[in-house]
Amino acid sequence: MKAQNLLLACGLTAGLLAALPLAQPAQAADAGVLHIFNWTDYTSPELLKKFTKETGIKVTLDTYDSNETLLAKLKAGTTGYDLVVVSDDFVKIFVNQNLLEKVDASQMPNFKNLEPRWQKRDWDPTAEYTVPWQWGTTSFTYDTKVYPQPVDSLGTLFKPPSVFKGQVGMFGSPSEVINLALLYQGYPLCDTDPDQLKATLALLEAQKPFVKLYNSDGIIDRLTSGEVTMSEQWSGDAERARMAKHSLRYVFAKEGGVGWMDNLAIPVGAPDVANAKKFINFMMDPENAAIESNFAGYQNAVAGSNKYLQPALASAPEFNPPADYKIVFSPGCNAKATKDFDRIWTLLRK
Amino acid sequence: MIKLRPVFWLLLPAVGVIFVFGAIPLLISLVYSFLTANPYGGVAMPPTFSSYVQMLFDQDFDGSLVFMPDYIWIAVRSLYLALLTTMLSLAVGFPVAWYIVCQSPNRRKVLLTLVSLPFWINTLIRTYCWILILRDEGLINGFLKWLGIIQHPLPLLYNQGAILLGLVYTFLPFMVLPIYATLERLDPRLIEAAYDLYANRWQLFRRVIWPLTKPGIAAGTVLVFAPALGAFLQPDLLGGGKQLLIGSLIEMQFTSSRNWPFGAALSMLVTFAVLVALAWQSRRSKAGAEARA
Repeated sequence: MKAQNLLLACGLTAGLLAALPLAQPAQAADAGVLHIFNWTDYTSPELLKKFTKETGIKVTLDTYDSNETLLAKLKAGTTGYDLVVVSDDFVKIFVNQNLLEKVDASQMPNFKNLEPRWQKRDWDPTAEYTVPWQWGTTSFTYDTKVYPQPVDSLGTLFKPPSVFKGQVGMFGSPSEVINLALLYQGYPLCDTDPDQLKATLALLEAQKPFVKLYNSDGIIDRLTSGEVTMSEQWSGDAERARMAKHSLRYVFAKEGGVGWMDNLAIPVGAPDVANAKKFINFMMDPENAAIESNFAGYQNAVAGSNKYLQPALASAPEFNPPADYKIVFSPGCNAKATKDFDRIWTLLRK
Repeated sequence: MIKLRPVFWLLLPAVGVIFVFGAIPLLISLVYSFLTANPYGGVAMPPTFSSYVQMLFDQDFDGSLVFMPDYIWIAVRSLYLALLTTMLSLAVGFPVAWYIVCQSPNRRKVLLTLVSLPFWINTLIRTYCWILILRDEGLINGFLKWLGIIQHPLPLLYNQGAILLGLVYTFLPFMVLPIYATLERLDPRLIEAAYDLYANRWQLFRRVIWPLTKPGIAAGTVLVFAPALGAFLQPDLLGGGKQLLIGSLIEMQFTSSRNWPFGAALSMLVTFAVLVALAWQSRRSKAGAEARA
């Protein structure tokens, strides 16, 4: 009798348990629809509408919050996506793991529109696999009302003044947090030197009492609502946050900033390669690149797109770093560095 | 030739579902936990015990193997939070289930629908809603400020209390429903009989109601404890990712750390903890049945 009761009780709740969304279902591939997988808050809806209008191809969008998530998803098997966006330091990893389809972008009609410096990128010298999506810098934003003194160093983020106690937001991804900390200390990105890594862990542990949370999503909202008064941030998000709250300021620190470029690519096994290529060519058109920049607030790599930009954006300080600003691109961390970063990330939050 | 009874064919679909959705993923995790990590995600040969060694001894920055108690601490903290979640859910869930049973059949239906209503909305969205309620500029702090009770916002979000709240909130229905199912089948004449025999309210609860609802409580306890132990959404979103729980640690191994075997080994640890809880429960209920016999 008892066992029967238990079974009955379990049965009643089993249905509910099944309804609990524990795993995200994989996308089903349906013909004639282009599936894009991009970072959160990073794809202009207007751009997608224009593409559909010009080509008749419908587009769906899913989002993710870190390169690691994207890598894990693609490694786990076909996801049904036709286009993904990969950061510069991850392109080589994706290529070496045979996760990207060759697109030979240099043969596309619009390739000539790319600024010459971005036609040859270190991580994809012949544009065999990718084209630039957006690029910018990683630094930090703070509220000048909370801290009126001049700020010109990453030290304000990593060794904050007492007014920021419990008020700082940091990214939720180990590579973003640790590489900026390495840059601040003058060490190379993706460092593997034991003593320098120990120093980095000590730096981040000392910073932790000032940190409110480690999360890469919803930073603009937290900064503008005053939930955090200083946060690690990407330049374009900083521009959007400042538009909503004018006392926010993005810092071009004397130590430099971490540069990044996201790149549009086609994953191996994409159901609709031909249409995905159409979209890649579409993105290298100055007007279309400007639509995306107007939305995301990041620089694009297409020459002549400036005249289509909103004036406020074209002249935004976040968009125009000083000429002598040091921008360091990550070379892509090797297995040893990844393991060390993981150790720092675990010990920091043990 | 073996002649199979019809009951075999009737059971086959259920057994098949359990095998495909339960046993196979568990077996894959078990096998993965004994393989070598591919630095870019996934697993590689050769087989090794290193994932299990890593739970106690990990490589320092200079490559030397050092004792690392931190994973154990993370596991203990998760266990503590899961147990606390279970006890709080029981403390809240039992009276709720009792209250529902005492209502008229029509009201019961409405109340049961209300209990399961949260499942109509995605867990992620509901967890985000808690952020909107709890944050410094959120509903509660805004209201208290408006009343003039507080000047500075209370730190309601990004701490262990917020994680606990999120866990209890998410898993409470799993406690209420099985207890309700057993309470509903409770014979009211037994309660009358207890009163006739001069039992007071406490004795009635302790000697009659509690023993008779134990199967429901046992089911609810397991259904809350198991997912609470492996949860990562609530610690990451409501805890601000500042303190790792074992669920977040496992999630991290499959994403940024790219150490699938270690993630699989940690999952095995969680599975083992749940199995121990189940075994303990069944031993206790057996012992209880024998004591009464």
